[in-house]
Amino acid sequence: MSEQGQNKDLELLTFRVADQEYSLDIMSVREIRGWTRTTPMPHAPDYMRGVINLRGTVLPVMDLARRLNLPSQETNERNVIIVVKLGGTLTGLLVDAVSDIVAITEDDLQPPPDISSDPQMSVVRSLTVIDDQMIRVLDLAAVVPVSSEEAA
Amino acid sequence: MSLKVLAVDDSRTMRDMIRMALMPAGFDVHLAEDGVHGIEVLDGLTPDAIITDINMPRMDGFGFIDAVREQEQHRATPILVLTTESAPELKMRAREAGATGWIVKPFDPAKLVKALQMVAG
Amino acid sequence: MSDQNDPMAEIRASFFIECEELMEALQDGLQELEDGSEDPETINVVFRAVHSIKGGAGAFGLEALVRFAHRYETVLDEVRNGSLHPDSDAMKLFFLAADHLSDLIRGCRDESEIDEATSDELLTRLDALLGEDSVSEEVEPETFEVQGVSLDLDLDLGEEPDDSATVYTVRFKPEQDLFATGNEPSMLLRNLCDLGEATVRCNFADLPSLQDLAPETPYVEWIVELKTEAAEPEIRDIFEFVDGLCELEIIGGAAPATLDTSGPAEAPSAEEALPPPATGTADLISDDAAPAESTSAKVVPMGAKPAPPEASKDGEGERKANTTAAKSVVRVDLERIERLVNLVGELVINQAMLSQSLDEAGLSPHSDAMNGLEEFQRLTRDIQDSVMMIRAQPVKSLFQRMSRIVRESSAAVEKEVRLVTIGEATEVDKTVIERLADPLTHMIRNAVDHGLEATEKRQELGKPRAGTVTLTAAHRSGRVIIEVADDGGGINRKRVHEIAVTKGLVPAEAQLSDGEIDNLLFLPGFSTAKQVSNLSGRGVGMDVVKTSIQSLGGRITINSEPGKGTTFSISLPLTLAVLDGMVVNVANETLVLPLNVVVETLSLGKDDVQMLRPGHYVVRWRGGFVPLYDLGVMLGYRHHRQTDPGSIVLLIVLEDGSRAALVIDGIQDQRQVVIKGLDDSFYRAPGIAAATILGDGQIALILDPADVISGMGHIRGTDLMLSERKIANE
Repeated sequence: MSEQGQNKDLELLTFRVADQEYSLDIMSVREIRGWTRTTPMPHAPDYMRGVINLRGTVLPVMDLARRLNLPSQETNERNVIIVVKLGGTLTGLLVDAVSDIVAITEDDLQPPPDISSDPQMSVVRSLTVIDDQMIRVLDLAAVVPVSSEEAA
Repeated sequence: MSLKVLAVDDSRTMRDMIRMALMPAGFDVHLAEDGVHGIEVLDGLTPDAIITDINMPRMDGFGFIDAVREQEQHRATPILVLTTESAPELKMRAREAGATGWIVKPFDPAKLVKALQMVAG
Repeated sequence: MSDQNDPMAEIRASFFIECEELMEALQDGLQELEDGSEDPETINVVFRAVHSIKGGAGAFGLEALVRFAHRYETVLDEVRNGSLHPDSDAMKLFFLAADHLSDLIRGCRDESEIDEATSDELLTRLDALLGEDSVSEEVEPETFEVQGVSLDLDLDLGEEPDDSATVYTVRFKPEQDLFATGNEPSMLLRNLCDLGEATVRCNFADLPSLQDLAPETPYVEWIVELKTEAAEPEIRDIFEFVDGLCELEIIGGAAPATLDTSGPAEAPSAEEALPPPATGTADLISDDAAPAESTSAKVVPMGAKPAPPEASKDGEGERKANTTAAKSVVRVDLERIERLVNLVGELVINQAMLSQSLDEAGLSPHSDAMNGLEEFQRLTRDIQDSVMMIRAQPVKSLFQRMSRIVRESSAAVEKEVRLVTIGEATEVDKTVIERLADPLTHMIRNAVDHGLEATEKRQELGKPRAGTVTLTAAHRSGRVIIEVADDGGGINRKRVHEIAVTKGLVPAEAQLSDGEIDNLLFLPGFSTAKQVSNLSGRGVGMDVVKTSIQSLGGRITINSEPGKGTTFSISLPLTLAVLDGMVVNVANETLVLPLNVVVETLSLGKDDVQMLRPGHYVVRWRGGFVPLYDLGVMLGYRHHRQTDPGSIVLLIVLEDGSRAALVIDGIQDQRQVVIKGLDDSFYRAPGIAAATILGDGQIALILDPADVISGMGHIRGTDLMLSERKIANE
């Protein structure tokens, strides 16, 4: 679909968190599940929603809004859990709703403005504009904490 | 054009060794755990050569060779006896039973391949 | 692991697994022999086990193992052929040799140090059984060569051009027996031709006229002119298998003995001279088969050769044929089983979800759907049981290891001890078996060392000289019970109490029941041995045994009768994949506690709860006080303690003996749950050991009570016991 040859094509899954559009490289997305009740983990950080049963294995679910310090909405039937894989570990990301899958090229991406004080931006890898709307491309490795970090 | 070989040995390790020695050399390897099992496998298989251990439960190598030679279609099938004993009397007993030749364990895979090629082409 | 793709490493690993099986067969066989088995197959099994170990060890160049197995086998062979009748001392030696063989196998497997001194000592003793002649023979270098092999199948063994080609004339005349052995002249000639340039002539001089022809008699001979770099021994090697089955003459010039292995060489000129591959001798004399270069076909009738020798008639094959068939076994990767176990876990959950929704749909219990569901539930249960049993294996291997422990430990303390094993076929999860070895070893040593009286003492008491240690395994109500019993003097409760007091483990004035005294043995830091013997000492006490049993989800109890002996009973779950759990409600969450920590459930009475200091409460229990915690608060599910009268409280006892009372909202159920690990989660919650999936598909967390409580700064261990006692005595 791209004529620019050397530029890599990229497919993004876009979704809505606290009325803002975010996206992830679709290669890291394993599946999308409807909302189910999570089992809370004791003394967990507030963005840790709990765990759910993903076909017989225990999947930790993170509330992406809380992780991004956005106002957390009441969960409802339309909420979905995006199951992502990072370094062999599956994690669920609770978002408001999934919007679309869009194909872009690396050229369409812009680096985010350097606002290091903004904790939200530290997990945004780049920005892109689709249909006049700004979409934030998340850096998954920055979103999902490594287990050893958190265990300490 | 791969040669079909039936190997009979009660030791899993030996069976594995034989399989690993012969498969890369292009042999079609069939395995059996003892003489009785070997006879069962032979029902429906016409190997180009047979390798057998001597010390085995249920039916030992001598009994197995006897039983093979009794079957018309296997009368001329080369049978190599695989044995740790290099004692001449064992070779003679194997031969009396109808064995074609022998390989002394532990065998060198290349030698096993060569011996098979010598007796079975 | 890097060597996963190395076929030799794989076979090597498989060899050591096979060795374990062979050692088991060896131990069994020796035991049967000692019990007076007359079955000739018994010694055959024993011999074959050692023989197979030697065979495999040879292939991997495990010299120490081969050396020992070879000479052990030599002695066993003497027993097998009837020239050696082992007495009880010899049997003892055979057992020792088997034990040592087992050590050597392990040493080779782990590439750890090999105890050559013991090898030498045992071999000397084994050799002594053979008598004078054999001993001197055994001093000779082994006839059995150790030769490690690799699977490097490079058949082109450096073929260097050499001008030292020599011309040989090989005359080869097969005899009739050659054909009976499946040897084939055409093959032999072809192999010969492969050595160099060959001209093959066939001599039909002996061929009789057609009417005199005996179909199975070979009449022809071949004369091969071979120009080769190979030396005469190499030529002879080709005829190794037919040595004595043919006339063979090799006339060669001044052959320089180049002994390097020359590879197969081209010999195109000889191809047409070969007789066609034949399945019977008759073909060889057909016209078509007559090689072009055949010379002077002078037909001279020959007397018929004797018929092929009758097949070996010793009947050994038949004799063995009627012994039991080997159990057919498939080797499966443990990972695949784990996956199956997981899938079945899902199936169970799915089934529960399905029945719940059918229930909610309000179907009649007599409807087809409900009947079908019932059948589905039954099948699911059966599948679950069967899958769990895949990981199960008989405790026999474990018991055999224990018989060795008895032999060694009884020798060390100079007691005569008989080990009786019952229920060896009882199956337990593989991991459980592996993890039971250490605690059981310790218990056996304890029984031999402390449990049984000294031999003289036993005689004084009119007991049999030899003490008996009984090792029992059985399935009882979904659990495995393993018992170690001795017929010794029983626990000396007075002394145990004294020691516990001396060591400050219990207050001197405490009045303890017999059972309580017996349980003091499990306290950390308790050891009854006056001096630490080199047996059960080593700083390991029964507390460690108890901890390891508990880590397997098991319980251990003591039953001792003065003068009659002591029995330790271990009760274990069938598998580690499931847990006997108590399913409880706390703050609208469902949690699972391991059932083995729950001693009692109580309903709080009005005056049961007392404040120790602000925020710290105790509950009155059996005249003592136990710290009280609200599980919901501890887990952060709620902020306010609910200790109202009528609240439900679980009394738990932890591995270290400490107790705690946990307030919960309600008990749902007691049942087995499938354990799901939380290892992959990025968040590790304190106090949570694992998770399970409930019938409604929801996840319930499995608590680690010790971990939950340790975070609460409670009074642990014996302190608690003391405080309880003190309060009780007030």
